[in-house]
Amino acid sequence: MTDPRELYQQVILEHNKKPRNFGKLDPCTHHAEGHNPLCGDQLELSLVIENGVVADIKFQGSGCAIDVASASLMTGIVKGKAVAEAEAMIEQFRGMVRGELDPATQAPLLGRLTLFSGVKDLPSRVKCAILPWATLHAALKGEEEASTE
Amino acid sequence: MSATLQPLDVTAIRRDFPLLSRVLNGKPVVYLDSAVSGQMPLCAIERMAKYERDEHTNVHRGVSTLSQQATDSYEAAREKVRRFLGAASVREIVWTRGTTEAINLVAQTFGRGVVQAGDEILVSAMEHHANIVPWQMLTQEKGATLKVIPITDDGELILESLDELITERTKLLAVTHVSNVLGTVNPIKEIIARAHAKGVPVLVDGAQAVPHLKVDVQDLDADFYAFSGHKLSGPTGIGALYGKLAHLEAMPPWHGGGNMIRSVTWEKTTYMAAPGKFEAGTPPIAAAIGLGAALDYLTNLGLDRIAAQEHDLLVYATERLERIPGLRILGKARDKASVISFVVEGIHPHDMGSLLDGEGVVIRAGHHCAQPLMARYNLPATTRASFAYFNTREDIDVLVSAVEKAIELFK
Repeated sequence: MTDPRELYQQVILEHNKKPRNFGKLDPCTHHAEGHNPLCGDQLELSLVIENGVVADIKFQGSGCAIDVASASLMTGIVKGKAVAEAEAMIEQFRGMVRGELDPATQAPLLGRLTLFSGVKDLPSRVKCAILPWATLHAALKGEEEASTE
Repeated sequence: MSATLQPLDVTAIRRDFPLLSRVLNGKPVVYLDSAVSGQMPLCAIERMAKYERDEHTNVHRGVSTLSQQATDSYEAAREKVRRFLGAASVREIVWTRGTTEAINLVAQTFGRGVVQAGDEILVSAMEHHANIVPWQMLTQEKGATLKVIPITDDGELILESLDELITERTKLLAVTHVSNVLGTVNPIKEIIARAHAKGVPVLVDGAQAVPHLKVDVQDLDADFYAFSGHKLSGPTGIGALYGKLAHLEAMPPWHGGGNMIRSVTWEKTTYMAAPGKFEAGTPPIAAAIGLGAALDYLTNLGLDRIAAQEHDLLVYATERLERIPGLRILGKARDKASVISFVVEGIHPHDMGSLLDGEGVVIRAGHHCAQPLMARYNLPATTRASFAYFNTREDIDVLVSAVEKAIELFK
C-alpha cells in the first residue's frame, strides 16, 4: 500500500465520526489512561469485568481517526469476551499492525479488525492504532497508565 | 518590498536541489517543510563531499599542511557566519550543534552565573521547547521562577505586559525572533531596547528567523542570538551562538576537553579565549564548511529577493487556504514569515498529514515542539506548511487540492 487513502476505508471513517462505546463507566472494576507522547493522543478506558469476562467497556479521549476508530472497534469486539481471549486479541492486533503477523492467516480472533493491517505501511501511525490496545493491556494488568513511547 | 527587485529564477534554483525532483509514493515531491529542515543546495553538498574526499583531517591540530587547510576552511566558514549575522568580531561566533545546544550553553554558563534563588527568567508563550526546557531546568535547579509573556489569539506578543513582567529580579529575557508554529515575526529590536532599559540581557532564538529575514545582531543589540545550520539550507549537526564578546569573555567554559584549553597540568587547566573555550572536542568540520557554502549560496541569491519570493508564497497560500470551508489558520500576526499552521474541522492533523503525504506533499503535523503553545490554543496539534525560496505557487496549488481531497474523504 502506498496510498494512505486505502487505510481510510469507510468503516474507519464512520467509526471516527460516530465512535461506539464512547464515555466512562462509573463504577468500573478496571481503568487505565493511555497517551501517545509523539502526537498528544489521549485515551481513557473503563471496564467492568465479571467472572473473568469483559462485561462492559467504554473509552473517551481525543485522537486521530486511526486511534478513535481502533478504540471504537476494539471496545466492540472485546465486549463479552473472556479476559484471556482479549489478551490474545491484543497480541494479534499488535503483531498485525507491526507487520509481524499475516492478517489473513495469523490473526483469527480479529475478524474485520484486520482492516487495520494497512497501518503497517504507515510506520508513523502504528502507535495511533496500538494506543487503545496498549491501554487495554494496562487496564487488564491493573496498571493505571499506558504509553506508546 | 522594493518595486525594482529582480525576482528569483525559481526554475533554475530548483535544479540546485535534487530532492525536489524525487517521486514519493508515486507522486512528485512537493516540499513544504522547510521549517522542519531546509533543503541543501548542491554546491553545499558538494563542498562537504570535497572536504571528506580530498581534505579530511582535524582542525587546530599540528603543523601539517592538510590540517592547516582544514583549519582555514573551517575558520573561513565562521567568518561567513559573522558576516551573515552582522557581528562585530569573529570571536563572537561559537560553533554549536544547533540552536538547542546554543541555548543550553547560555543557560548552563551565563545563566548559572547570574540566576539565584528568587530570580526570574522571562520567556514568551510562543517558544519552542528548545527555548523553554533549558530555562525550566535552570530555574528549578536554582529555585528561580520562569515567567511568560502572553500572546493574543492572533499570535502576537502582548508587549503592554512587558514593563510589568520585567522586574528587578529578571536576569534574562529569552524570546524567539520568529515563531515556528505561528510564523509571527516578533519586534525583537523594540523588545531588546525595552529589556535593556531595565538592565536585562536578551537571548534571541533565531532558528526560524535567519532563513527568512536579514538579521543584524548589532542593529538589534542582541546579547545572544542562536540559530541552526539545517534550517538555513545547511547540514544538520551544526549551528552557532552569537554572543557579545564581553558576555562570552566573562562566561565560564562549558564542556571540558581537548581544543578548548591553553594548558593542562594536574594542578590546573587554563582555557582558550572565546570562542575556543566553548568548543571542546573535534567539531563537525564538514558540516561547518558546508554551512559556509550554503550561506554563500543564499547571499548570492540575495536575502531581499528570497524574502520577496517567500512573502509572495505566504500571501498566495493564505488566500487560497482561507477559502477552504472548515479550515482555520492559526497565527494571524501582521508581520509573518512564510509558515502557515492550520486545522480543519473534523480532521485530526495526523490524518491530514498522512493523506497529504500520500499526495507527495511533505508538511509537518504535530505539536511542533511547542506544547505550551498548543495548550494555549487548546489544540493537540496542527498541520503546518512552510515555504522556501525554491517553492512555487504551483506547489501551493498541489497542497490546496490535496487538503480538499482529504476533506472530501472525511465528509
